This record gives sequence, structure tokens and C-alpha cells, in this order.
Amino acid sequence: MIETRDLAVTIGASRLLDHVDLRLAQGRITGLVGESGSGKSMTALAIMGLLPPHARVSGQVLLDGLNLLALPERAMCAVRGRRIGMIFQEPMTALNPLMRIGDQVAEVLRIHHRMDRQAALARARERLDRVGLAEPRFPLTLYPHELSGGQRQRVAIALAIAERPELLIADEPTTALDVTTQAQILTLLRGLVRDEEMGLLLITHDLAVVAGLADDVAVMRSGEIVEAGPTEALFRRRGHPYTRQLFAASRHVPARIAAGPGPGLDSRPPLLRIEDAARVFRLPGGRSLRAVDGVSLTIAHGESVGLVGESGCGKSTLTRAILGLDPLQAGSIRLNGMQVSAGNRMPHALRAQMQVVFQDPFGSFDPRWRVARLLCEPFHLTGRPPDWRARLDAALSEVGLSPEDAGKYIHEFSGGQRQRLAIARALIIRPALIVLDEAVSALDVRVRAQVLDLLVRLRRDHGLAYLFISHDLSVVRGIADRVLVMERGRIVEDGPAAQVIDAPQAEATRRLVAAMPRIPEGWIGPEQGEAASG
Amino acid sequence: MLGYLLRRMISLGLSLLVASALIFSVVELVPGDPASFMLGTGAQPETLAALRSQMGLDQPLPLRYARWLAAILQGDFGQSFTYKTPIAGMIAERMTVSLPLAVMALLLAAVIAFPVGLFAAARRGRIGDAAVMGGTQLGIALPNFWFAMLLVLLFSVRLRLLPAGGFPGWGQPVAALTALLLPAVALALPQAAILARVLRSALIETQGQDYIRTARAKGLSAAQTLRRHALRNAMVPVLTIMGMQFSFLLAGAIIIENVFYLPGLGRLIFQAISQRDLIVVQSAVLVLVAAVIAVTFLVDLAYAAVDPRLRRR
Repeated sequence: MIETRDLAVTIGASRLLDHVDLRLAQGRITGLVGESGSGKSMTALAIMGLLPPHARVSGQVLLDGLNLLALPERAMCAVRGRRIGMIFQEPMTALNPLMRIGDQVAEVLRIHHRMDRQAALARARERLDRVGLAEPRFPLTLYPHELSGGQRQRVAIALAIAERPELLIADEPTTALDVTTQAQILTLLRGLVRDEEMGLLLITHDLAVVAGLADDVAVMRSGEIVEAGPTEALFRRRGHPYTRQLFAASRHVPARIAAGPGPGLDSRPPLLRIEDAARVFRLPGGRSLRAVDGVSLTIAHGESVGLVGESGCGKSTLTRAILGLDPLQAGSIRLNGMQVSAGNRMPHALRAQMQVVFQDPFGSFDPRWRVARLLCEPFHLTGRPPDWRARLDAALSEVGLSPEDAGKYIHEFSGGQRQRLAIARALIIRPALIVLDEAVSALDVRVRAQVLDLLVRLRRDHGLAYLFISHDLSVVRGIADRVLVMERGRIVEDGPAAQVIDAPQAEATRRLVAAMPRIPEGWIGPEQGEAASG
Repeated sequence: MLGYLLRRMISLGLSLLVASALIFSVVELVPGDPASFMLGTGAQPETLAALRSQMGLDQPLPLRYARWLAAILQGDFGQSFTYKTPIAGMIAERMTVSLPLAVMALLLAAVIAFPVGLFAAARRGRIGDAAVMGGTQLGIALPNFWFAMLLVLLFSVRLRLLPAGGFPGWGQPVAALTALLLPAVALALPQAAILARVLRSALIETQGQDYIRTARAKGLSAAQTLRRHALRNAMVPVLTIMGMQFSFLLAGAIIIENVFYLPGLGRLIFQAISQRDLIVVQSAVLVLVAAVIAVTFLVDLAYAAVDPRLRRR
């Protein structure tokens, strides 16, 4: 049984946590929800005693009555990994790339007990079996790079539960995974809590994940818990205004716009036409992988098309080919009737008709450039027009920022603002098509709702076409007229968004829809029309 | 793994070939050929022509290059113009000094740098780290011959423990090792300072990685995390620097060789240049290039040993 009492953390002058009281019982799942910067991860690190060195902490973290905050570091090392385990968001980097997975799990056992390597590896085998990585497919000698993201997260879970801890802290354990993998990992966690009488603190920004899994929920904002209680009761009541805002934002569907005359009715030929596209990678051992395998699709002028699929289905590869970043081995891609080809052979005029917004709002800007230069960069495709200054100001205003922001550097903006800047950068040369590659996946629910509204408005004002790539069906449903589902390099389903999601035909689509976390309809109650504010 | 090594070998073999052609032609293009140098400025044109033809210098360039390369592949580097002895023997003899000296210096540098780098990284931003950073800055700034003089003053002149210079030959192994000890230390100190700083910064960068946080969550102490997880991940930049240092130590010890009066490769090259014994220069440079390429290959092997992701390429 773990309890935090009046837990507070300050770094310098800023108070990151205040009056945090949590009770985490064995065999129960507690969800901790809130937006980025609300203090969720800080709470977890405070419990683990892994706060940054200059953080000051007060209050109590009680493990069966023992105050962990008062323990010396040496004693705390004996608690970490043995009585409290933890897994993190990013499975791709959470494991040591130079160590075999068996050794990584066995290490936990060997640092807490006198145990020889063979015995530890035998236990590691058993724990890896438990998380679904059984022999012969997953020998102990594998290295992390030989596993997928979901499999790596299973290894991370195996080492966190190797010592059968009383509490497992999972910090956004599925945020970096696609929906079907997410569902599998969540099922695994639920099973572990049941079988091993373990407590689980599940940190997530996704209310739907919590709704399907947690016994209790605590809602956090600005370092404080604003509301806590049993999940269903809390979801039905939504006592605190902030809970209501989060709830509304997570279910937010942008106001639909009339989607032009509809595909087929537009007399113009399609904006984008892909015919029999194939992208083949050669693998070691003479084999080959058809990452994109005979894909044909069209996007009409002004149409918004969603492209969904599990990770590894080929959607990123297809996107790169559409953008002219990678060559095709067969087939053709035409934008406005002109052939898209990779590399320098693609004319600037063609490239200017197509812009892209990527997932990571932190990595896609040069930190040493000012916003004006960042946003005007696409002008190298078209030549800088005489009214570039006015167009820069207009682009900034259109995405809800101010012309004064042009002189700032990128680190002065939040994640949501950066994504607005990325959209402004894509807009400034007035392309016909914007490719949005997981463009809202890294954003908090409230910010995401705002950005989705922005995208809908811009499309209406400029007649833009979107190709919206996402693993999140609920978002795609809100923004796309038509949805394409991809599996193993092929398009397996293509239809109006609502139809594809409500009555999926293909097996892959059904799997995606079934894996989609949902807040039960019965909990939603009367406040449906509530707008996302803030 | 095999493919990776094979590709590296082919590419390094090609670089060696290109380097040999470059070395050969550069020396050929320098005005004043060996024949005119051997005969002096007052030589008769006929005598000069006769000597040129005797030395094969009147043949076309590609042919001479091919012959030169073929001979070298059989271990024949030709004869020194000044000493009239086979160059292969001269270089081999000097290598028996330079190679052990470079190996000793590099080992010493690593033995000093690893604990110091680990210590500084573990105490990042604290007084111990600041002391290491200051000390290593000084170590890089001060030239190695200055250390050499200090060492001689202390260990040879005052304590009379070690010889101040000269090399007795490997016939007396203990005396030979003792003779190389002070020069190796003098060479090693600045290299140790560089290596310690590289290791420290690589460790600090590695410590920010997610898997280090995972290791801490497993219950490893900060020190255990550093040794068991960060160190190996920080090895790639360290190995790169060590490879470069070894290549430098092999021929760059010329000042130290002079201070300690050692018959090393650096001094051979220096003498050959001042006597315009171009064929010796050419051969020595080629041997050095080959050594650097061999070291590069060893470093590539070490990368693969450290990082399993490279083995699959």
C-alpha cells in the first residue's frame, strides 16, 4: 500500500507539485490524468525518488507506513525495482541498445538478490513468457533493435515486474504505440494487476484509456489534484470544471463543413492520383519487403482523406513517396496531372503544391532561426513574392498567432503553438494539398481540439485538400470525409469516414475499431454539446 | 557481420591504393629528382642522364609507380640514397622503438583517462568535475616536451631512477622498457587529458538517455548505472579518438624522440627530409598511412564488438 501525503515539489521558484494526496492499493488500478506539464510524471518520479537533483520535495511518500522521502539513497535503491517498478512512454529508447533482453531482465534480479547468472536468466525467461514474449520466437539473446515498439514495451514491463513489486508505475505506457498494440499492452497490464496482486498507477493524457481500465481516477492540473474518485462516478459527475473541459475536448468533433460537391461530382480531375504504387525494400538474405504493394487512390480538390493503419502497415512509406522523398519501384503518383518523382528531378512548382506537417512539433524546426525565416522557407520553391511580409503576417494571424511572433525563436512557443507554426509554414505558399502526418498525436486533448478546429477552418477558407495520417480513428473521424485503411502495404478499405468506422468491412479495420479505447456511452450524460474551451 | 567487415576491408584497401598513388606522385612532382641531388649542383648533364637511366627515373610515371608498388608488395622499399642500405630494414628497426612507444603511451593514456573521465561524469557540475576540467585543460595546453623535461628533471636528475635518454635495444628487454617509460608518460599526459574530456562528455550525453532512467528505476545506484550502462554506450566516440591518437603517436613523437634521444620513426623521417632522401620519406609515409588504415580497421572491429546493431549491417 502506497500513499502520498501533502507531496510537494519545487524547482527553483516554481512549484511543480502541491498537496498531492494519492492512495494506491495493491490489486487496484489508479489512473492519473492531466495535460502535459500538469505534474503527472513529476508525481511518479517523486514516488520513485528519481527527481532531478535540484528539485526540493516535501510531504510524505508512505510505503506500508515507511516514509520513502526520508530514506537514504542506498535504501531507496533497494526499494526501486524490487517494491516499486516503473515503465516509461518511449519503448524505442527505454532499453539499453547494447544489452541482450535476457540480461536486462536478469539484471533486476541480480542487483536485488545474490543470484548467479544462470538462475537469474531462468527467472528472466519466466517473466518474459509472462509478458507474452515466449520462446522460441523471443530468445533471451535478442537485442532491443530486433524487436518492435510493442515488444520492447513488453520487455520494459518484464523487467519492471521481475521482482513482483507491490506497485507498478506506468507513465504513458501506450502513447507511442498504435491502437491495436495499445490494447494488447493494456490487457497485459490489467492481467498482471489481477494475477500478481500488484497496484498500478497508470499515467495518461487519454481519458478513454483510463475509462476502460482504472478503478480510480485522479485528475491533475498545474501540480494539484483537482478531482479524484472511483472512475465511473467521477466520469459521470465531472465535478470540477477542468475535468469537464478535458472530457469535452477528448470527445471534440470539429464542426463539419460541406465537403464541396463530393468526390466524383467535382468536374475537375483528381488532385492526387496514385496508380499501382509499389515500394520495395531489399532485406538481408535476398528477401524483399513490399512496404507499399500496389496502392491506387485518388484525392479530389478540397477533399480531406484519412489514412489509418497499424504501425508497419506502410502508411509512412506511402507518405514519403507522395511527398517525393523516396522513389517508387512501380506505379505512378500524379499531383494535378504532373508526375511526382523523388529527389531533385521534382520541379519546384510541383513541390510547392504540396506541403507537410509532421508529428513532432519540437524536432521539426531549426532552433537557431527566427519564426519569420522558418515560415518563409517554402518561398524558395516559388520565389519570394513582393508581398511576403503581408503573407507572413496573414499566415501567423490565420493560425491564431500574432505578427509580432515573427521575430521570436522556436523555443519560446508551446507544443500546440509550434504545431500552429508548422501549419502556417505549410500554408504560406498556398499549396493545394497538405499532408498531416500524425500532426495532432503529440498534442494534449484541449490543444488538439483547437488545432483540429483550425484545420477545418483553413480548409474551408482556402479549399485545401488534406491527407490526414493517423493511428487514432476517433480523430480521423472528426476531420476526414473519407478514410483509407492500410494493412501490409495494401489499401484494404476505402469509404466515407462514418461508414468505415461504424460498419467496418475489412478485418484490419475491425481490429482497429475494436482496439479503439472508448468512454462508455452511458457515462457521457447530458453535457455532450459542451465546447472545448481554454 | 561478415559483410560489414568485408565492405570495410575493401574500402580501406582502396584508400590505401589511392594514398600510395598520391604519395608517389607528390614526391615525383617535387622539383629536383634524387639523381641530381646525389650528384650535387655541379654535375655534368651526361653523368646525370646516365644515373637517371640507371635508377629508372627516365621511365614513364605510371610504369615507375607500378614497379614501385610491386616491389613494395614484396617487401622491397628500395635503397636509401644517403645510407645506401635497404629502406625496409631501416623502417623495421625504427618501428621496434616507435610501435612499443605508441602502444605504451596509448595504454597509459587510457589507464589515466578512464577513471578520471568516469569520476568527472559522476560528479558533473560539482567541485571534483571542475577540478578535472581545469586539470585536463592544462594537460591539453601544455606541450608534451615540457612534461618530458619535468619528468627528466625529477626521475633522472634528482631521483636517478630512470635514464634521461638513449635506447639500449631490445637485447636488454628491461633496460629497453625502462628507457621507453618516461617518453611514454610524456606522450600520454596530453592524450590522457583529451581522452578524459571526450569520455566525460560522452558519458554525460549518455546519462540523459531513457535507458539510464530505466536502469535507475530497476534499483541500480547512480554509480552502477554509469559503469554498467553508460560506459559501454559512450565507447564509440572514445574509440574514435583513441584510433586517431594511436596514429598520431606513431609518427608524431618526433619532439619526444629528440628530447630522449630515441631512434624512432619520427626522427628517421625528419633526417630523411633534411637530407632530401625522398625515397625514405616516401616509404615511411606509406608505412604510416598503412598503419593508420590498419588502426581504422581495428577501430571498426571494436565498434562492431561494442554495438550489436552494427553487426547486422
